[in-house]
Amino acid sequence: MPHLLTLIIFLPLAGALAIAMIPSRQVQLIRTTALIFNGAVLAAVTLVAVLFDRTGAGMQFMESQAWIPQVSIQYSVGVDGISLALVFLTALLGFLACFATTMITKRVKEYFLVYQVLMTGMLGTFLALDLVVFYIFWETVLIPMFFLIGIWGGARREYAAWKFFFYTLAGSVVMLLAIVGIYFAVAPHTFNMMELAHTAPLLSAGLQGALFLMFFFAFAVKIPVFPFHTWLPDAHVEAPTPVSVILAGVLLKMGTYGLFRVCVPFFPQALMTFAWLLGVLGAVNLIYGACAAFAQTDFKKMIAYSSVSHMGFVLLGVAAMNSAGFNGSILEMFNHGIITGAMFLLVGVVYERAHTREFSAFGGLASIMPRYAFFLTFMALASLGLPGLSGFVGEFLSLAGIFVIFPKLAIISAVGLIAVVILFLVMVRKVLWGKPRERILWSDMNAGEVAVLIPLCILTLVVGFYPDSILQFQQQAVDMLVKAL
Amino acid sequence: MAFWLNIAFGRRLGLGSAYVAVAASLMAAVLAVLVFCTLPPGGAAYELVPWITINGHPITVGVMVDSLTVMMLLVVTVVGTLIQIYSIGYMAGDVRFSRYFAYISLFMASMLALVLADNLLMLYIFWEGVGLCSCLLVAFWYEKPAAAAAGVKAFVTTRVGDTGLLVGILILLASGHSLRFADMGGLPGSDVLMAVAALLIFLGAMGKSAQFPLHVWLPDAMEGPTSVSALIHAATMVAAGVYLVARSYVLFTAHPLALETVAVIGAISAVMAASIACTANDIKKVLAYSTVSQLGLMMLALGAGGYAAGTFHLMTHAFFKALLFLGAGSVIHAVHTQDIREMGGLIHKMKVTGITFIIGALALAGIMPFAGFWSKDEIFIALWQGGDPVLFGAAVLTSFLTAFYMARVIFLTFLGTSRSKAHAHESPSVMTFPLVVLAVFAAGLGFIGSPWCHGAFQNFITGADEEVHFNLGMIAFSTALSLGGIGLAYLLIVKGVKLPGSDGPGRAWFIRLVANKYYIDEIYEVLLIQPFHRLCGALMRFDITRVDGAVNGVAASAAALARFVRRLQTGRVENYLLMQAGGALLLLLIILGKLCRIF
Repeated sequence: MPHLLTLIIFLPLAGALAIAMIPSRQVQLIRTTALIFNGAVLAAVTLVAVLFDRTGAGMQFMESQAWIPQVSIQYSVGVDGISLALVFLTALLGFLACFATTMITKRVKEYFLVYQVLMTGMLGTFLALDLVVFYIFWETVLIPMFFLIGIWGGARREYAAWKFFFYTLAGSVVMLLAIVGIYFAVAPHTFNMMELAHTAPLLSAGLQGALFLMFFFAFAVKIPVFPFHTWLPDAHVEAPTPVSVILAGVLLKMGTYGLFRVCVPFFPQALMTFAWLLGVLGAVNLIYGACAAFAQTDFKKMIAYSSVSHMGFVLLGVAAMNSAGFNGSILEMFNHGIITGAMFLLVGVVYERAHTREFSAFGGLASIMPRYAFFLTFMALASLGLPGLSGFVGEFLSLAGIFVIFPKLAIISAVGLIAVVILFLVMVRKVLWGKPRERILWSDMNAGEVAVLIPLCILTLVVGFYPDSILQFQQQAVDMLVKAL
Repeated sequence: MAFWLNIAFGRRLGLGSAYVAVAASLMAAVLAVLVFCTLPPGGAAYELVPWITINGHPITVGVMVDSLTVMMLLVVTVVGTLIQIYSIGYMAGDVRFSRYFAYISLFMASMLALVLADNLLMLYIFWEGVGLCSCLLVAFWYEKPAAAAAGVKAFVTTRVGDTGLLVGILILLASGHSLRFADMGGLPGSDVLMAVAALLIFLGAMGKSAQFPLHVWLPDAMEGPTSVSALIHAATMVAAGVYLVARSYVLFTAHPLALETVAVIGAISAVMAASIACTANDIKKVLAYSTVSQLGLMMLALGAGGYAAGTFHLMTHAFFKALLFLGAGSVIHAVHTQDIREMGGLIHKMKVTGITFIIGALALAGIMPFAGFWSKDEIFIALWQGGDPVLFGAAVLTSFLTAFYMARVIFLTFLGTSRSKAHAHESPSVMTFPLVVLAVFAAGLGFIGSPWCHGAFQNFITGADEEVHFNLGMIAFSTALSLGGIGLAYLLIVKGVKLPGSDGPGRAWFIRLVANKYYIDEIYEVLLIQPFHRLCGALMRFDITRVDGAVNGVAASAAALARFVRRLQTGRVENYLLMQAGGALLLLLIILGKLCRIF
């Protein structure tokens, strides 16, 4: 399979073409087609994971093709241990979210068309090895997401969509400037990320610092890092459930992935200089996100803010600049995708029954929806970092990493973690415990809703009990990153 | 041993009925006895599988078995099995009967894995596991708001302590030390950092063992089923804190300050909780404060260097306190109230419960020859040898108060005349059978640590070979102390004698202070909980008005600018968009610059 990665990237786009040819009345056929194509992507990604050489540190399955030779832009893709976890996450959540798309009734054809384009953009971003290609895929994600929120969103969808659009556009513009800047700064001029990993670290400290901050701003908006996070709650509240799953599960990871793919290998000196900033922002994200989430009355907004909190751990891991921190950070990205993806699915389950997300409308659901109670409790425990579930491993590794460099930050974060624990336990108490309200006759989760959550639960358990199941893929790539620092 | 652990984990799966749980637990008990019989001198350790590598330090899943482990295994499996048998009767008819046994089994598995773990990280993982089970079981009747709140409180309060344990682990890791218990003897003794690590680990133990000032969750945890209180909040999980200190004892003995802290916290908890127990009227609350107090006594013993005394008391306490809770459960089952003022004369109607409860109470009060006497005596001797008069005085006061409040409970509940409207009856035999077995343990278990057995327990746990002698003076003193406590209770409650000056304003103030549990919950409410809520609310408002307000302000200015441009060039949508984007970007950068200057 010489072009496996290209196949993976453009398979969803092929799906979009296929959907375009189906008349829009045949809703069921459109759904099935989308599901088949996303299933094929998942199968192909699984194949890559099976064939992946875990002892190799470099890029694998590489493909390179001159595209615009005048400015040495190549269509170049490849996968290593860091991107593999995220590509798998994208394929899995893409498939499950597609499966869970049952609530979309208007303009179904357009919805799946745009959704397929989004998939291509995300997969391409994680697999691209040329900065220009990376940027194109990055932007490709922006447009479909804008439409998904703006057309199929809730009451304030247009405000949320525009806010998302402008915010990330601002980031993208800065990133584009930085890409052009780095191209002219290095000798020989190149957009090739593998070459840049060797040549960019030779740049002067000042130039490194400036480029680092520009890239960091672009990624920070996406992650999102305080104070650039306010687009996230609005976007989440308005987005339909499957879009929220993708938004939290995959889109946020594009920012943190960028840190690992660009900021860490290209600008090691700047990273040393600004590690404290990343660490402080990580701790602020962690505690600020948890506290802001605690005060929310909207279930979905609360989960959105808790995402901000969890992304703090990813930043802390990057700031640690050692093997434990990087491993924890990458694992936390994966775990957060699984856990928060599941959380948004669970919010969707009650929203479809209650048509509201206010906590005051819930309570005592454990008595009437036992299956729902099980899944929500399980995922809440995973979110608050209960040992034995996957969240703990990533958080612990990040903390162990940051403790070596900034022990005070690690202690502050560990104490801040108490707020996260309170947050999710109180959420369980508000939604599940207590006496059920009168006249609530909601049905428990149906087979389809359960089927989507089961793979996510299994992954949470497996990674929690046997972290090496994921870590073994990324270990070599992380070691190489650390060695290069 | 791998097989052993497998059994423990296998029980997490498909638990439909109580019989599966009891059978599995019984099997574990049999295996624990087998382990006891085949234990090589000095213990054994098995490395199983590599789990994770942290900055080049491999952490393995391993099992460590020594005399301390075996003691805990026996306690957990024997008491656990008996309590599960009891639960069949106690939980009969509950809508979530099988859920209860699933949680209990998960708890048993985590607890056994906790005591088998050979390194701190593994211990921490199962430490949180038992904490989760505790939280779920406290909130088992989650329809009751008090139970739901107590579940959250139990988890969060212990989690505060666990944060200490977590940071302690991080310190050990970051300074490149092994997390294995077997390697702890080789840690640098004089290192200040290690003293800090020891104190932080003790913070975790304080949370779990409900030591002052983290004890507040345990009385509230009584909202759970009484059998849960017996198993988790009396016999096993709360003792895990004492176990942790005993397990990493070398870390503490290397630092006098750490050891002293353990002793002082233990002494404060012991006296404070014992005094509150004297004023509580809820039978389960009395027992809960008694547990805090007795755990404090164990910590005190450990802190004063009485390793064998502390662990011995851990074991005897597990049996007689489980007995007392199950007895209390039987009483509650019969009279449908927990207020001892509404009971009385129950011994005539509930003979088995009454007699076994009194045996448990005598054991707790430390009357010869019951179990509690011997272990308490060991603690007294250890403290006397430790030579600190204040600590010894604390233990003496605790012991006196213990005898007093237990006598008070007995007089009010089982003796005297009935004040209950309910028609009390004896519980079914599935509940009384465990009571009888536990009563036998409560009566006889002390002998293995007595001079008649040549201190078999002490030599087993420390690996030494020393003769234990009768210390007649201490025996006489402690017996007199306990009898004094009982006598005072008799005078005050049965005879109705008023203490001189008990009605004075000074006294009333003191009693109010004790009866309100020293206002510790209220202090937390004002100092921690309300500020946390205020902080979260303030941050949310800050997020909306300032952070998001800045963003929207940028957008609004951009829009205004665009409107201005449109007036100049009517209908040019491209320009409108361009201006909006450009303006947004420009103003965003300005705002960012300002923000950067602020931070």
